[in-house]
Amino acid sequence: MAAYIELDNVSLRYPGGDVLALDATDMAIGEGDFVAIVGPSGCGKSTILKLVSGLIHATTGNVSVGQREVRGPSKGVGMAFQNPTMLPWLTIRENVMLPLKIVEPFRHEYAAKKKTEFAERAEALLKKVGLAGFGDKRPWQLSGGMLQRASLCRALIHEPRLLLLDEPFGALDQFTREELWSIMQSLWMDGKPTVILVTHDLREACYLGTRIYMMSARPGRILEIRDVDFARPRTLQMTFAPEFTALVQHLRMQIADSRGTVVEAA
Amino acid sequence: MKMSPKARQRFLSVMSVVALFLIWELVCRAFGISDLVLPKPGQVIKVLIERLPALMPHATQTLFTTTVGFALGVLAGIVIGVVIGSSKLAYDVAYPLLVGFSSIPKVAVVPIFVVWFGAGTVPAILTSMVISVFPVVVNVATGLATTEPELEDVLRALGATKRDILWNVGLPRTMPYLFASLKIAITLAFVGTVLSETVAANRGIGNVMMIASGNFDVALVFAGLFILAILGVALYAIFSFIELKVTGWAQRKTEFAMV
Ligand SMILES: Nc1ncnc2c1ncn2[C@@H]1O[C@H](COP(=O)(O)OP(=O)(O)OP(=O)(O)O)[C@@H](O)[C@H]1O
Ligand SMILES: [Mg+2]
Repeated sequence: MAAYIELDNVSLRYPGGDVLALDATDMAIGEGDFVAIVGPSGCGKSTILKLVSGLIHATTGNVSVGQREVRGPSKGVGMAFQNPTMLPWLTIRENVMLPLKIVEPFRHEYAAKKKTEFAERAEALLKKVGLAGFGDKRPWQLSGGMLQRASLCRALIHEPRLLLLDEPFGALDQFTREELWSIMQSLWMDGKPTVILVTHDLREACYLGTRIYMMSARPGRILEIRDVDFARPRTLQMTFAPEFTALVQHLRMQIADSRGTVVEAA
Repeated sequence: MKMSPKARQRFLSVMSVVALFLIWELVCRAFGISDLVLPKPGQVIKVLIERLPALMPHATQTLFTTTVGFALGVLAGIVIGVVIGSSKLAYDVAYPLLVGFSSIPKVAVVPIFVVWFGAGTVPAILTSMVISVFPVVVNVATGLATTEPELEDVLRALGATKRDILWNVGLPRTMPYLFASLKIAITLAFVGTVLSETVAANRGIGNVMMIASGNFDVALVFAGLFILAILGVALYAIFSFIELKVTGWAQRKTEFAMV
């Protein structure tokens, strides 16, 4: 069985870095999976996303996506970060449509369809994340949470097969964050892209993930893989169920343990 | 009387110019300063109006030379700035060179241009070009170099080429920097033109001022200065206006402040 995304014994040392950022990591992610990666700060979570999207190359080992070895920057992978990075000279709708200017086959038809089909598509997506009617606004007229919603739309507008999210909800308040979990879940259930979500929030990982990869402190290694099989769509109520809190608790202890070993080793 | 803050600001700008002239006139009268040292503004304006038909061709010449030199300088500045700003290597290699180049007093290059191209319009154009290049290069390169790395990652993961990123993010982001530099460059371009006209030309305001000062016609020298100031302010205002239209998004703070 060949997985959609495979990391085979991958290590990474940044140029000039003295310690490995990532050490002998194996991952196998099936198509359409929603994978969450959790782990202490600096353990190489963002590094994994960069490796998968081909922005950096593994020092040793192999990374492949769709049975093809990743050699250079990928094409058409959706990404969103903690910082929404909207372009201030464009409207929210134009910002959301940015990937269509770049990714084929949309790029081709951009001039012809930007006012019609593509604009409608952006509006529809904005509506799903609760930003109906904000398409003509400029980024500075929106709050941080609203910008983050727009950033999700930008990552999804071209219907990517692969979506890489690096702490996209990290800077938001609890209420907005929980609301966006549910929006994110339904966006994923709509199109079933493969998602890798990096997060610090264990409840977030358990709510959204079908599988959780837990990493050790630097140099990063996979400590544990947990399948999460709560029924979908998951609700906020479910996060208070005993099974759910037990899982969160378990992960929390694991992270504390891995930190403990680091402290002892030092 | 109630005025909008904007009208008030305009009114005060005009008033400050009027006040300057008034004080100047009063000081000249009060201390009986000779016209050979510092002519009264009234007199300068009188000379300016009387000699306007004769001065106009020179003003046009200076304006033409400056605009051409400025345009060439900006074009070269954008190209060099884009190259330097989009490659770390080019940035590191070319920057010391540029700093050295910009430290050369531009007076020194005029004789060289005259030797190469003869006296006249060409050295004036080249001097104003050379003098206006540097601020443009620095600002464009800075604007490009400050693109957020995360946004670049988003675009590269989509398969964007360097050119896509430059076109969609780099250049628009650079616009406010570019316009800031244009406003500096246009005033510098005048300096370059007049410099060259004073040294090696038979036309242009710089040349008129040179001859006038030889004839102790100080009022005419000042009339030349007035013309330069007016041209400078006019071009500055034109660029400020275009800037407001093109990069309004970067000026939202003032918009808020006006409300
Ligand atoms: N560009 C870089 N050059 C050198 N070292 C880097 C670079 N980027 C990251 N590192 C190092 O690699 C390690 C892993 O970094 P990474 O950004 O993947 O961590 P992370 O798990 O995403 O952390 P966080 O949760 O804080 O975002 C860190 O120790 C960091 O110091
Ligand atoms: Mg990170």
